[in-house]
Amino acid sequence: MDILVCVKQVPDTSEIRIDPVSNTLIRSGVPSIINPFDANALEAAVQLKEAHGGSVTVISMGPQQAKNALKECISLGADKAVLISDRLFGGSDTLATSYILANAIKKLGKFDLILCGKQAIDGDTGQVGPEIAEHLGIAQLTYVAKLEVKGEVITVQREHDEGYEIVEAKLPAVVTVVKSINKPRYPSIKSKLAANKAVIDVITAADMPEINTEKIGLKGSPTKVKKTFTPPRKESGVRICEDTGRGCALKLFEKLVAAKLV
Amino acid sequence: MNIADYKNVWVFIENEHGEAKNVGLELLNQGRILAEGNKEKLIGVVIGNEVDAAVKAAIAYGADEVILVEGEEYKDYNTDGYANVMVKLVEKFKPSVILIGASNNGRDLGPRISARLATGLTADCTGLGINEETGDIAWTRPAFGGNLMATILCSNTRPQIGTVRPGVFKKAQPDTTRSASIIKEEIRTPAEIIRTKVVGFIKAMDESAVKLEEAEIIVSGGRGMGKPENFALLNEFADLLGGAVGASRAAVDAGWMPPLQQVGQTGKTVGPKIYFACGISGAIQHLAGMSSSDVIVAINKDPEAPIFDVADYGVVGDLFEVIPVLIEEIRKSKAS
Amino acid sequence: MGNILTTEQKELVEMVRNFALKEVKPHVKELDEKGEFPLELLKQAFDMGLHCLEIPEEYGGSGLDYQTTAIIFEELAKVDAGYAISLVTTFVALRSVIAAGNEAQKKLFADIIIPGAFGGFCLTEPNSGSDAGSMRGTAVKDGDEYVINASKCFVTNGGVADVFVVFASTDKSKGVKGISAFIVERSRPGITVGKHEDKMGLRLSNTTDVIFTDVRVPADHLLGKEGTGFITAMNTLNVSRAFVGALAVGICQSAIDEAVKYAKERVQFKKPIGQFQAVQMILADMEIQTEAARQLVHHAMILMDDNKPVVKEGSITKTFCGDTVVRVTTDAVQIFGGYGVSKEYPVEKLMRDSKVFQIFEGTNQIQRLVIAKEMFK
Repeated sequence: MDILVCVKQVPDTSEIRIDPVSNTLIRSGVPSIINPFDANALEAAVQLKEAHGGSVTVISMGPQQAKNALKECISLGADKAVLISDRLFGGSDTLATSYILANAIKKLGKFDLILCGKQAIDGDTGQVGPEIAEHLGIAQLTYVAKLEVKGEVITVQREHDEGYEIVEAKLPAVVTVVKSINKPRYPSIKSKLAANKAVIDVITAADMPEINTEKIGLKGSPTKVKKTFTPPRKESGVRICEDTGRGCALKLFEKLVAAKLV
Repeated sequence: MNIADYKNVWVFIENEHGEAKNVGLELLNQGRILAEGNKEKLIGVVIGNEVDAAVKAAIAYGADEVILVEGEEYKDYNTDGYANVMVKLVEKFKPSVILIGASNNGRDLGPRISARLATGLTADCTGLGINEETGDIAWTRPAFGGNLMATILCSNTRPQIGTVRPGVFKKAQPDTTRSASIIKEEIRTPAEIIRTKVVGFIKAMDESAVKLEEAEIIVSGGRGMGKPENFALLNEFADLLGGAVGASRAAVDAGWMPPLQQVGQTGKTVGPKIYFACGISGAIQHLAGMSSSDVIVAINKDPEAPIFDVADYGVVGDLFEVIPVLIEEIRKSKAS
Repeated sequence: MGNILTTEQKELVEMVRNFALKEVKPHVKELDEKGEFPLELLKQAFDMGLHCLEIPEEYGGSGLDYQTTAIIFEELAKVDAGYAISLVTTFVALRSVIAAGNEAQKKLFADIIIPGAFGGFCLTEPNSGSDAGSMRGTAVKDGDEYVINASKCFVTNGGVADVFVVFASTDKSKGVKGISAFIVERSRPGITVGKHEDKMGLRLSNTTDVIFTDVRVPADHLLGKEGTGFITAMNTLNVSRAFVGALAVGICQSAIDEAVKYAKERVQFKKPIGQFQAVQMILADMEIQTEAARQLVHHAMILMDDNKPVVKEGSITKTFCGDTVVRVTTDAVQIFGGYGVSKEYPVEKLMRDSKVFQIFEGTNQIQRLVIAKEMFK
């Protein structure tokens, strides 16, 4: 099976703090990581390769620095990693990004399966995967918690409010995965050392002359950010701190009853 | 694309087994504000098979009109069928705005149609308004795990599409005496076009369990619970209150609770009347999932836990001492 | 150490640290209480290749240099030295094979270890510890086989190893010069494993008696020539001593990190205790000793990477690291005050783990004799 995985290098948003004075994000010192859901996607791809044979190619659209994330993907089992990078791609929203990625995928060949994480933990939109599927004109399966491939058919369990929907589709397809699908492996010493030596190809805008420049960058982005702000801090309410747990509970109960909440 | 040709606010009335899901009905309420702001109509869109109940609900909860597309092939949600319908409807009727509930299916559908229509989609919105200068919709949404809010505009293309978080907006009071015109559109999607097929379902939650998304009271446990067995205490508490049990990412990652009960930026977002956060520190990612709760009660041993910054009632204490007493008191008051 | 490491070394350390903190650390307290061998967690170490760091690439290992290997072992020991020593001991056994074995033997050993297995080093007997030369175990030539009868004790990985390096006498009349070294696969009939030692420290490591009763090995399992076993053992220990020093440094660093954290949080007389000079003096001495120990380990590694002999340096390193880790962990407990002796806090375990570093791999008294002997040459 020839599998493609889309990966994004993101800041570790669980480490981000808000500066209480300026009310802006403190990004310095926050490590860059492979988007955790993309790591799940890569693990799923490598497991499929181990079961069915074939190859795993990883692509990422980003600045030169994203090469580090791509090298890490190689240490985790990807056979090939390609960076899609060009100044002209800067400022792209999800529509423009998915357009660029779809073109790069077409350039790289035919894939049986394209795997993505359900969302990136910086943008949190979850849109690029399905949009790539639309640009490529292939089927999509989102929020997948389990997958199995038999021949040309993929069977998945999609997350639903109350359980899991079992859905079948014929490949090729774009599949976005959730965290519970697997536990990503650690690299080994050998794979890490080998990955450090790996060559990461770069695809620039010039390498994709068929791209319509009106559809990339800010020009190609129908959505624009008007403003950003840190979430308004809620006024903290009543603090209950008695000598005993029992005392706390009684006080809380009293207040909840008074507010007609219980 | 002539922007002026596009009018009216559409709300996708997602339905399951013919019944409207709450989120679509919530959006009718907010959609009304947006429609009136631009002096336009509020239109519900129902796609499915045997969906009378959903159509009735859409009207009762505020739609001026309902566009209905029925067909066997739409009985279960599928990307290709629903995208085909929505895009054809958009091409015919040219709505200015489409609101879709940010359920998994909503977030599956939104990007497929926005890409096909080459228009802008803003995901997982928690705030909707009208941009004064231009009359465009101002979509506000969390990013960076909830650390940052962004307000997005889609000024140059139509329709403006957004998926909106369930539980953020409240449903209006239903009025079953309302009437509205129902526009039936005949749009069929041939089988070859529908590339995915639902072949089964695995129930992961108890039949009788209250669903997180619909619950008015949620009792949630975090790392402070210590071990999976301790969630029995929260189950007891939730049962007593007729509520649902949720969990923070820490508890789910530790394997104490199933992923479907995770509340947070990458889990479920909930907006109950009361949210009890037990042994939950209150990381931003968690707050992003429950901050639209009406009342937040936090119980945590650590007085510095960030959850206390957002709690309406913050109890600094041992949840294993506090909750049993709370249960006792509530039982007593119910008995009397 | 940061400024000495190369980028690649830093990345490998980061990778190992990440793994050890996420996967191993959460279980250490419980495993230490039970004295349980963490087989599943060590299997994850196998997946990462941590059991064959220094086995040359041509045999399937990671082919790392000694310096990088030592840094990685220090990182693992920070999380638990017992966990780390289970991996280091395989290296100790390997060392004998590299020191004295031929190509076929190196390949034989590597083929067993590489897929994911442990090695054991069987030297000590109930009646021969420091006086290794007085061992009673025998290996008698019989046709093209040797028959080994030996009762070995304190064998790290004794109960889990798939292959041992065993020292036994092929000629009692020659005393020390009659000892030979053998590769013995666990699968050979006649090997029994005694009970698992209930130890003060390093409780995650498996330590047992291993008894060889009429165990037959082919003659080609003899490492080097008959009678060279003692030299092989010494050559092995010279190198492994520095590695054991790296583990001790890891424990020291863990003790320092915990002590510093506590000193920042614990408030007495209205201040964090870290602001009192009495506490700062103790912490500074812990830091000085640990850094000095670390540099000794690295100097020994540099010499070994350069194929230089490390008889004296290995002993100096092991002695200093052993004495340091006992001192540093005891001081850490002191900083914690009453909580230091409570099992609820992490430092009493570190103190328990430390003592054996003055004893195994040659007691610190024997080490001093070795050093003195070198000084008189």
